[in-house]
Formats: sequence, structure tokens, C-alpha cells
Amino acid sequence: MNLLAIRAIYMNEMSRFFRTILQSFVSPIISTSLYFVVFGAAIGSRIDQVEGVSYGAFIVPGLVMLSVIMQSISNASFGIYFPKFTGTFFEVLSAPVNFLEVLLGFVGAAATKALFIGLVILGTASIFVHISIAHPFAMVAFLLLTCLAFALLGFIIGIWAKNFEQLQLVPLLVVTPLVFLGGSFYSTSMLPPFWQTVTLCNPVLYLISGFRWAFFETADVPVGISLLAIFLFLCICIGVIWRIFQTGWRLRD
Amino acid sequence: MAPILQVKDLRKTYEGGFEALKGINLDIEEGEILALLGPNGAGKTTLISTLCGITQPTSGTATVAGFDIRTDYRRAREQIGLVPQEIHLEPFSYVGANLHFSRGLFGKPRNDALVDGLLKRFSLYDKRRNRVRELSGGMKRRVLIGKALAHEPKVLFLDEPTAGVDVALRKDMWDAVAELKKEGVTIILTTHYIEEAEAMADRVAVIRKGEILMVEQTSELMQRLGRKVLTIELREPLAGIPPALGGLDLELAPDGLSLSYSYDTRAERTGIAGLMARVQEAGIVLKDISTTESTLEEIFVDLVSEGAQ
Ligand SMILES: Nc1ncnc2c1ncn2[C@@H]1O[C@H](COP(=O)(O)OP(=O)(O)OP(=O)(O)O)[C@@H](O)[C@H]1O
Ligand SMILES: [Mg+2]
Repeated sequence: MNLLAIRAIYMNEMSRFFRTILQSFVSPIISTSLYFVVFGAAIGSRIDQVEGVSYGAFIVPGLVMLSVIMQSISNASFGIYFPKFTGTFFEVLSAPVNFLEVLLGFVGAAATKALFIGLVILGTASIFVHISIAHPFAMVAFLLLTCLAFALLGFIIGIWAKNFEQLQLVPLLVVTPLVFLGGSFYSTSMLPPFWQTVTLCNPVLYLISGFRWAFFETADVPVGISLLAIFLFLCICIGVIWRIFQTGWRLRD
Repeated sequence: MAPILQVKDLRKTYEGGFEALKGINLDIEEGEILALLGPNGAGKTTLISTLCGITQPTSGTATVAGFDIRTDYRRAREQIGLVPQEIHLEPFSYVGANLHFSRGLFGKPRNDALVDGLLKRFSLYDKRRNRVRELSGGMKRRVLIGKALAHEPKVLFLDEPTAGVDVALRKDMWDAVAELKKEGVTIILTTHYIEEAEAMADRVAVIRKGEILMVEQTSELMQRLGRKVLTIELREPLAGIPPALGGLDLELAPDGLSLSYSYDTRAERTGIAGLMARVQEAGIVLKDISTTESTLEEIFVDLVSEGAQ
């Protein structure tokens, strides 16, 4: 294992984050606050409680997940796309590193950034509502696994993308709808039975459900299934990336 | 001693079906400087990219310091530093950090003294805290060289190191290369400036359309293919070549004031003595005599256009 190389890639990616640390934090803080104004104050005043939790608090896990998922994808996809775009990726290709090391460096950094931002959002949210965390370890574990899983997905998107439009395409057309329809802002029990069944096809639902369980012990699906879903997702992503590195697809001519 | 770089029947066919390398065979000794000389699209960059792991060879093998570039890629790549033809640098990154990153990427522990030394050597020390985008083109190229050397490679590939570099800087580059050679670094460079190959390289490999046409000691190449031209300046202009000098490979200048005789330096009889005797017999009065050697450039153009026919 070329640990120094992993460290070098990781730190290099993180340095981009630190160079723009203010932007990195200010925008999630503002958008979280906006969500609270809109969903918490405007809608929350009409919905009293969801499954015994005040609506304001109920949406916090979904809100954190929403940002963490989007951030993981955009950080990782941009992180790998940018060096391909500027041509600096040649250096990584010519370095004595294997696919796992490259992956750990890039994805590790993207996941770390997303994790930071997730925590910042959680902190911001706690200003607006009182949040209790029933299972802190499970909460952190879910957060970490989600960051990792979606950073892996972002990594794939970044390798696949041939231009900036494509880079935005998947998050915009696929991930955003899935996240919004995955119970970020509502419990599936609030839906008619037909739609409850449809929602079960949405992988993001399992993540948000598991994460919310860590806070309030209320969930749309059993926690074990949520965990299983994340691991399945992780394995699929790793498998795809392993294949990409093996064939050199969109990386090596 | 075994060559530090051994390339055997290396082939590369790009996805579209274009065969960019058609069976390259090449041995490079440790510590030597080899110039890869060839027109645009000859396959120089493809060859280098394949050896460095940026593109995958279609078939054939190559070893660096005995390590196969595919099966033993880690140890093979550790030996190699690459300065690409295009300037690929992240515009917002810092100069010093760039060198440290490269060293780390190749698995070497951080070494401030070494990186500072490289920065000073390439006159970048004052710029170490600047962003790459604040540098001039020549400076960026030097950053790339610094990056390539940051992990102390044994073999350095320079893909057109002096493209877009001014005359003074080009001279600096030549000096830097000479210095690296003294330190025992093996250097493979590509260039379109023929005088560069002539000035720096121990050997020259001529490559065209994915094939190596020849590999020759620079000096031997000059001798083997070099033709000299003997120019005889005359006191009185001639209207034409006198019949006494007929049958020789002579050319008369348009003004009639000089005769030039082209001959092969490797031939046993250059024919100069005979020519001079006949000139004297014909009663032609000489003013001066000079010879000029053909440059590598002329040799190269000859070779390439010959091959094209
Ligand atoms: N990624 C690629 N896909 C398809 N063909 C390519 C690719 N890269 C290079 N080629 C082709 O391979 C041939 C050799 O290109 P290469 O870049 O190796 O030439 P070169 O000798 O370095 O030329 P130059 O002196 O202009 O840098 C060219 O015909 C080029 O069009
Ligand atoms: Mg080239």
C-alpha cells in the first residue's frame, strides 16, 4: 500500500476545500436556514407533529442527508473530473499507485468534505430547533456511510462525464428527485398506500429512514434493511469503479 | 550492464483503429541522453505515454531498470519522471505545494531541502508561494520539470522541453539537462529543434509514422550520413562549367563566381584531389576555398523525405 501517495492525493484534494473554506461553509448554512424558514416556519406551523416529533426537528435528518448526498456527489465528481479536464491527471496515471489508492485519496477527501458540511448543517439546525439524538454512534455511522457511498457514485460520474453539462446531469435529473421523494421532508406514512409502495423502490428512502431512526427511533423501513441497502450500494459502486480501473475506461487511452 | 530502458516490439493501436506505434525496439543505456526526433504525429508522445503508464500498450513489452512496465508497474514507475509536452498544471495550486504533491504521489516522504533545492535550481524559489496561474509560460514549464524530478527519478522523459521557451531559457534548459546527466540521470527527450538534439544528445533515434527508422550515435550519424560541400570561390566569373570539369558533381553559382562540389565524407575517395588538379589544369584562378558540413536537420529532412517516397 502506497500510504504516502494516498495521503498526497487526499491532502491535495482537501487543500482545494481549504482554499475556499468560506464558500464551502457559508452556502450550506444559508440554504439550511432558508429551509427552516420555508419548511419549518411556514409548513411546520400547519403540521404539528410527525410520529411524535415536532415537524421542525423531523426534517433535520432529511435536510442533512440532502446536503450530504449532493455534496458528496459534487465534490467527488468534480474532484476527479477537474484534473481530467485540466490534464493534470496524467501525473496520477504515471504514478506508482493502484486503483484502490487513487480511490481512497479522492473519495476519502470528497467524503470528508461532505461530512464536515453535514455537521455544519446539523449545528445550524440545532439553532432553530431542539434536536435529540437517540443513537449517536448509529447517526455518525449512517452519515459516514452515506458520504462514502455517494462520493463513490460521484467518482463514477466524474470519470464518465465528458463535459461540465454531463457532470451536472445525473445529480440534477436523478439524484435530486430521488432525495426529495425519499422522505426528506415527510414520513411515507403520510402518503396514500399506492405511493407508499412506489417509494419503497427509491434507494435514498432507506438512507434517510435509517438516519432518522438514529435520531428519533422512528423509521419508514427497519434499520437493518437500511444498513443493508447502504452496503449494497457501496458494493455496487466499488465494483463499477474496479471495472473502470481495470479497463482504463475514460482514463487511459 | 543491462540497458536501463528496454523496449521490445511495442505496439499501440488507438481506439479508432489508428496504429500509432508499429513495433518499437529500443535500448537505452544508463546515464545517456537520447533524442527522439520525428515530425508531428510520428508517435513520440505516444511512445513516452506508453512507457510512463498513461496509455496502455496494445502489445509488446518494456522494462525500466529491469522492472516490467505492466507486471511490475510500481517499481517501474518509481524510476520515471515525466515532463509532458502540454503544460498541465492546476491553475489555482501553489508552486511549492505542487512539487511536494508530486513527491508524495510517488510514495516518497516529504523533503523540504530537496524541494527547495529544485525550486532554486529552476529559479522558482521566489515564486514558491505563488499560484501557478500567476506564472509565465516558461516558468510553468520549469514547474513541470521540478515536479518530474521531485521524486528523484533515474529516468527522465522530456517531451519537447523547450517548446515555447525563449533563447536564454533554452540555453538554461540545456545546461540543466547536462547537469542532470552528470548526476547520472538517463534522459529521453523529444524535440523539433534539431540543434537541440545535436547539442545535447549522445544518441538520436529517428521516428516516423510509428517506426524507428534508425538509432545512431549523434556524432556517427553526422559522419555516416553527413555530406560536406566544398565551395571554391573564383577570381573571375565563369559563364558555365568548363568542359575540362565535366562529369563531376559540380554546381556553378548563378553569379558564376563560385563552384560547389558536394561529396560524401564516408567515401574512400572524396575526389577532392582530382578535382583540384583538374581545376588547376583548366587554368581557373581560385580566390578562396571552404567546406561546410550538413547539419542533423538536413540529414533528418533527407531521411524523412526519402522514407516518404
Ligand atoms: N488519444 C488518441 N487517440 C487517437 N489517436 C491519437 C491519440 N493520441 C495521438 N494519436 C495519434 O497518434 C499519432 C501520433 O501522435 P503523437 O502525439 O504520439 O505524435 P508526436 O510524435 O508526439 O507529434 P508532435 O511532434 O506533434 O508532438 C498521431 O497521428 C495522432 O493523431
Ligand atoms: Mg508529441
